[in-house]
Order: sequence, then C-alpha cells, then structure tokens
Amino acid sequence: MTTITQGHDAAHDHAHDSHGPARGLSRWLFTTNHKDIGTLYLLFALVMLFVGGGMALVVRAELFQPGLQFVNPEFFNQMTTMHALIMVFGMIMPAFVGFANWMIPMMIGAPDMALPRLNNWSFWILPFAGTILLSTLFMDGGGPAAGWTLYPPLVLQSGNSLAFAIFAVHLLGMSSILGAINVIVTIMNMRAPGMTLLKMPMFVWTWLITAYLLLLVMPVLAGAVTMLLTDRFFGTSFFQAAGGGDPVLFQHIFWFFGHPEVYIIILPSFGIISQIIPAFSRKPLFGYSSMVYATAGIAFLSCIVWAHHMFTVGMPLAGQMFFMMSTMLIAIPTAVKIFNWTATMWRGSLTFETPMLFAIAFLFLFSIGGFSGVMMAMAPLDFQYHDTYFIVAHFHYVLVPGALFAAIGGAYFWLPKWTGHMYDETLGKIHFWLSAVGVNLTFFPQHFLGLAGMPRRIPDYATQFADWNAVSSIGAFLFGFSQLMFVYVVVKCIRGGKQATAQVWDNPEGLEWTVPSPAPYHTFDQPPPIK
Amino acid sequence: MPFNTLKLVRKAVLASTGLLLTAALPAYAAWDLNLPRGATATSREIYDLHMLALWVCTVIGVIVFAVMIYALVKFRKSKGAVAAKFSHSTAAEVIWTILPTLVLIFLAYESAPALVRAEDTRNSEMTIRITGYQWKWQYEYVGQNVSFFSTLAQTSNETRQLGSGKDPHQVENYLLEVDRPLVVPVGTKIRYLLTSNDVNHAWWVIDLAVKRDAIPGYINEGWFMIDEPGTYRGQCAELCGKDHGFMPVVVEALPKAEFEAWLASQQAPAT
Repeated sequence: MTTITQGHDAAHDHAHDSHGPARGLSRWLFTTNHKDIGTLYLLFALVMLFVGGGMALVVRAELFQPGLQFVNPEFFNQMTTMHALIMVFGMIMPAFVGFANWMIPMMIGAPDMALPRLNNWSFWILPFAGTILLSTLFMDGGGPAAGWTLYPPLVLQSGNSLAFAIFAVHLLGMSSILGAINVIVTIMNMRAPGMTLLKMPMFVWTWLITAYLLLLVMPVLAGAVTMLLTDRFFGTSFFQAAGGGDPVLFQHIFWFFGHPEVYIIILPSFGIISQIIPAFSRKPLFGYSSMVYATAGIAFLSCIVWAHHMFTVGMPLAGQMFFMMSTMLIAIPTAVKIFNWTATMWRGSLTFETPMLFAIAFLFLFSIGGFSGVMMAMAPLDFQYHDTYFIVAHFHYVLVPGALFAAIGGAYFWLPKWTGHMYDETLGKIHFWLSAVGVNLTFFPQHFLGLAGMPRRIPDYATQFADWNAVSSIGAFLFGFSQLMFVYVVVKCIRGGKQATAQVWDNPEGLEWTVPSPAPYHTFDQPPPIK
Repeated sequence: MPFNTLKLVRKAVLASTGLLLTAALPAYAAWDLNLPRGATATSREIYDLHMLALWVCTVIGVIVFAVMIYALVKFRKSKGAVAAKFSHSTAAEVIWTILPTLVLIFLAYESAPALVRAEDTRNSEMTIRITGYQWKWQYEYVGQNVSFFSTLAQTSNETRQLGSGKDPHQVENYLLEVDRPLVVPVGTKIRYLLTSNDVNHAWWVIDLAVKRDAIPGYINEGWFMIDEPGTYRGQCAELCGKDHGFMPVVVEALPKAEFEAWLASQQAPAT
C-alpha cells in the first residue's frame, strides 16, 4: 500500500495538469475520469430505477383488483412496454457499465479506461436517449405499447412516436457498443504487468465476455428496429405479411439479440457475486478457472437458444427439439456456478454484512429463477407456460433478486471505497430484509397466477386470479418504497459516516482494496506490483 | 454442537413447512396454485410432465438449499469458524458438472415424446379454421358451411370499462364468456388451422393444453381431442393491442350426437 501512495505522489510531482476534478457542472459534463463517469452511470441508473419502478407500480395498482380502476388499456400497455425498456436499457445495463467504469481499471491496475473521451460520450448519449424515449409518453398517440419485444405487425400500428422510440433504442444501443469497445480495449491493453488474463478478478472476466456479447448482438437489434422503422414509415414490407414480409422473421432477429441480452445483464451480476462471496467467506473463490469456462460456456450457448422464446410460433418439430435441448444445456454451466459459490462459503468464516446478505439472497432466488427456466425450456410444458404470469415470475426472479440484487449488493460492497465512508449497516440490513420480503411477495404468487392460466400483459383479469394479484401488488408497493431507503443510505454515506479504511472489509482480495478510501481521483499512475 | 445445529435446522424446516401448509390451505378457494390436469390426453401428459419437472426441481432445490443453509449456519465467524484455504477440487467439479447433465438428459428424454405427440396432427377427423382479429375470433367449420365470430360477452364488456362502477365479482365468468362459443364434439380428434387477419394473437385454452400463435401470413396447425362434455375457457395469449385482455376463447364440448344436431341447426338457416 505504501508503494502505491508513493507512486501516486511521485506522479503528482511531474504532472502538469491538476490532479483534482474540475469544479461545478463542467466536471461532470467534460469529465474523462473513469470514476466520475462510473458515478454518472450509477446515478443515472438509480434515477431510472425509480422511473421504471413507478411504471411498474402503475401496473400493479391497476392489477390490484379485477376491473379497470385507474388507467385505460392503451395506457396500461404503454406502462408495461416502457417499464421493460427503461429497466433493461436505462437502468440495469447502465448500472453495470457504471460498475465496470469504476472497478475494472482499479481491479487490473490501470490508471483509467483506455478510451476516456469515448467513455464520456457513451455516458452522455444516455440521458438524451432516455429523455427521447420518455418523451414519447407525451406525444400524440402515446409511447410504444406493443411490449418491449416490439413485435410486428402490432408495433407497426403505433403512432409517429414510434420513430422517436426507435431512435432512442438506436442511441441506447450505440452507447452500449461504445461502452463495450472501451471495456474490451481496456482489459486487453491496460492490465498492469503481471496481471495475466487468468489472474483477473471474476468481475473483470464476466465483463470482458459480456462486452463481446454486446458487440455481437446490439447491432442486430439496431438492424431489427431499423427495418421496423422503414416498414412503418417508408413503405417496406420486411415484416408485413400483406407485402410478402414475414412477422416471424422479426421474432428470430429480435431474440437473437434478446437472449444474449439477458446474459449481458446477468453475467456482470455473476461477476459481482463472485467478488462479494469470497470477501465475506474469508476464503478464495472456489473453482476460479471453471468459473471462467462456465461464463464463456454460458455466453456461447446464449447465442444458440433464442427460439425457445418462440415455441408457439409454429416451428418445425426438429427446430423445437434443437432449441429445447440447447436451452437445457445452459443449466449446466449455471449450476456449476451456483455450486462453486456454495463451495466458496463451505468451511469459510462467514459474516453477514449487507452486501453478503444480498449475495446470499441472490444465490437462493436466482436458483428459483433457474429452476423455472429449466421447466420452460421443456417445449411441451412451454405450450402451457408461454406468455403467462409464470414467465413473468421467472424472468423477474432472475432480473430482480438476480441482477438488481447483485447491483445493489455491489453498491453496498464498494460504496465505502467510492465515498470513503462506511454506510449505515443497520439501515442497510433493514433495506435488505424489506427488499427480500417484498420481492418474494411480489413475484412468487405470479407463478401460481401463470399456472392457473392468467396471460401476461392484460390490464384486467377473471375473478379467480384476484387473490394472488392482490398479494403481488402489496408486495410490489412494499418492494418499491423500500428502495427509497437505499437512496437514503447512499446519500447519508456520501455525506458522511465512519471513515473507511483502505481495505474496508476483513482482508478482501483485489487491487481496489490497496488504494485509500475514498479512492483518489487518479489511481495507479504507476502500475502496481502483482503477486 | 453439530447435533444442536441440526436440531435448529430441523426446527426451522418444520416451522417453514407449517407456514407453507397454512398458506396453501385456502387453496381450494380461488387461491389456485397449479396447472389444471385438463380435459385431453395431451393436457394430462403435459400436466404429468410438469409435475415431474416440478418435483425434480423441488428435490434438487431442497438439497442445494439445505447445503447452503447448513454452510450459513455452520461456518459463521461469530461461532468461531476459521476459514479453510482450499480453492478447488477437480473431483467435486467434475461430479457437479455430470450430475446436472444427467438430470437434464432425463428431462429431455421425458419431454421429447410428449412434444412429438402434441405436434402430430395426422388422422384428424375434423378441421376448424380459426382466425384472430382485433379483438375477436372467427371459427369456420371447414367443409360444413358454418362460420361465425366469437366476441366478449356483453355483461363482461360493460363491466370492464374504466369507471363502469360495476363489480366484476357479480359477473359470472367475468372476461371468460363469449356471445358464441366454439362448439365441438367429444372423443373426436380435431385439427385446427390458425391464422390472423391483422396482428399476432395466440389461441389458448389451458384445459386443452393448446397454445399456438395466430400470425398473419402463416397457417399454424394443432389438434385436441376432448374426453368429457363441458365448457372450457381460455384467452388470447399474445399481446394484440388495447383489447388483448378482452378476447376470450370458450370451447363447448358436446356429445357427438348433440354436436351433429347443433351443426345441422347451424347449417339450416344458411342463406
């Protein structure tokens, strides 16, 4: 640690430009500093969590009772569609890019991201894209209402606001691609001497693989929505049966993007969990190399399973068989990961600070999402589960107590490193328990609703679904309002609190714990020695 | 000490099972928890497969969660646990790669024949053409000169309007009633041809275990054979616009003779 500080001072003597951040708004507008940009990403994601969450609460309020009480079906469909678009592209992906920005340079001993100006740009595209997307709600005809999957022909019935929504998706995709390029170039070129690929922390590994997936599939999404654009506004017929086009083709293209996309969301979560569990087990990550292989295996498989989202479109039998079996294969590397995390805790010395609580909840609840995933992979069963609340329950289990819990756990884990203060542990634990109860109360009953026959994306339902819907809505409001507590804890931690040590936790592994807390504006001006 | 922790775990498991049971008790009211067994051989086959998958997942889940919970209880720093140093075990990793592989092969092996049977539309005795519209279904008895539309029943439609002031609980089969149901004979293998006139829809009746998309430009096919006379209800399952939630599917299965009579009565007043 002393060597680091010395290295930092030595660099200071020779530097010409100032070492601290600029003042005021221009610090944030023009920053090329990976920590500032990371902070911007994370704050943007936090704001979007509440925007998208608010939409979810509109949906759950309407579904609290049968009958229409608050909104008409048109607006309801806009809410479900925008909730998903905001949460996927505006919240969870930016959150993980924020983590990547903050942590990857510090974890591999690099002074910054490789392409700092690109980094600034890839963030500053986001607020504009988000604003354009949200502004469609106030346009004539309202926002997109055909579901986040944007299936034609329905989506082609949208008003002119569709052009804005598609432009926003283009911008969001561009931001992701630029971010992915930056991550790859940084990891490939900026590692400190001695930081070989197989010494990198798991979080860096998962992000490297995620970045390649992003490069592969985001352009595919851009192509798909561009064809929608020309179909809607320029008279082409890519997806219009009346003009010789093929509505199912869109689904293939969309899910060729869409399925890797879910792993783009979950792989960085795996990375964060792989950092947290060893730290609070006081034991190295079990099976590091098999974790790397499992991650790569999941990424590869994720590219050949897309049509399991389409078992009911009338695929040939052989196609259904292939996609059923390839999908089931994904359970193998995923199971290996769960077992490895469990083995990491085995004969460890466990403590249960807030990040660890979120990581443990992730283990249990992500597994539940995995089980329902295996069930849905079985094509004949999917004929019953498809487009019901069973699938809604499934993907919310992997995305909320999966990805979101990983992000929140990661935030608690590194918050002392970012701010230099310890967060309020008691409030953190209360936040965890409220979230854990809320999330299960919201989503577990949705399994029952789906199995009993409730389709998804309906604003009103038959009365036999009333009871579990009421439970689910109560849980959703509990979960939603609990997140205000997270904001309070974060703000409190930024403003003050017990001074954090450099290590923060009990001797955790990783270069980020060798620099002081808060991490200085520039770290690793000199490459750190790697053991 | 290990006995104490085991006891603790056992108590916790018992308590939570009790809790679950109490929660499940009113299941006989509207608190439906599971797939219905349904009214066709296919639906029962799928139900059995569903229960198999559910139990396999439950057993694996209980084992994995038990190991996790044991670790969480046993290896606490506050109980004086000291961290071991090991970080891999090739044998263990090979075992827990092979075990899930075997389970998945088993599940795929069980699924494949069910899938083949569900897709086998050969030797059907009757064909019905189903066309999705925003927001109603059209049923056409191929070669019988019978065809009609099926839309949401008036009572449901009035009640479901925003601010209607009417209580859905007072409406029988709220949102699951139509003006004219699809009438079919029991004990007959019925093939349906499915398409759409505007956007994608999906025709789904949970008791028949059929769900298939109605897509413009495509003709999808499927089949069902109902054992018992009765009324079976379902809904459109693919988002199709503002009234997606309001285009139910109702299938009325009649004994063969009654069906023939019904069909004849529909043909008689044909113009």
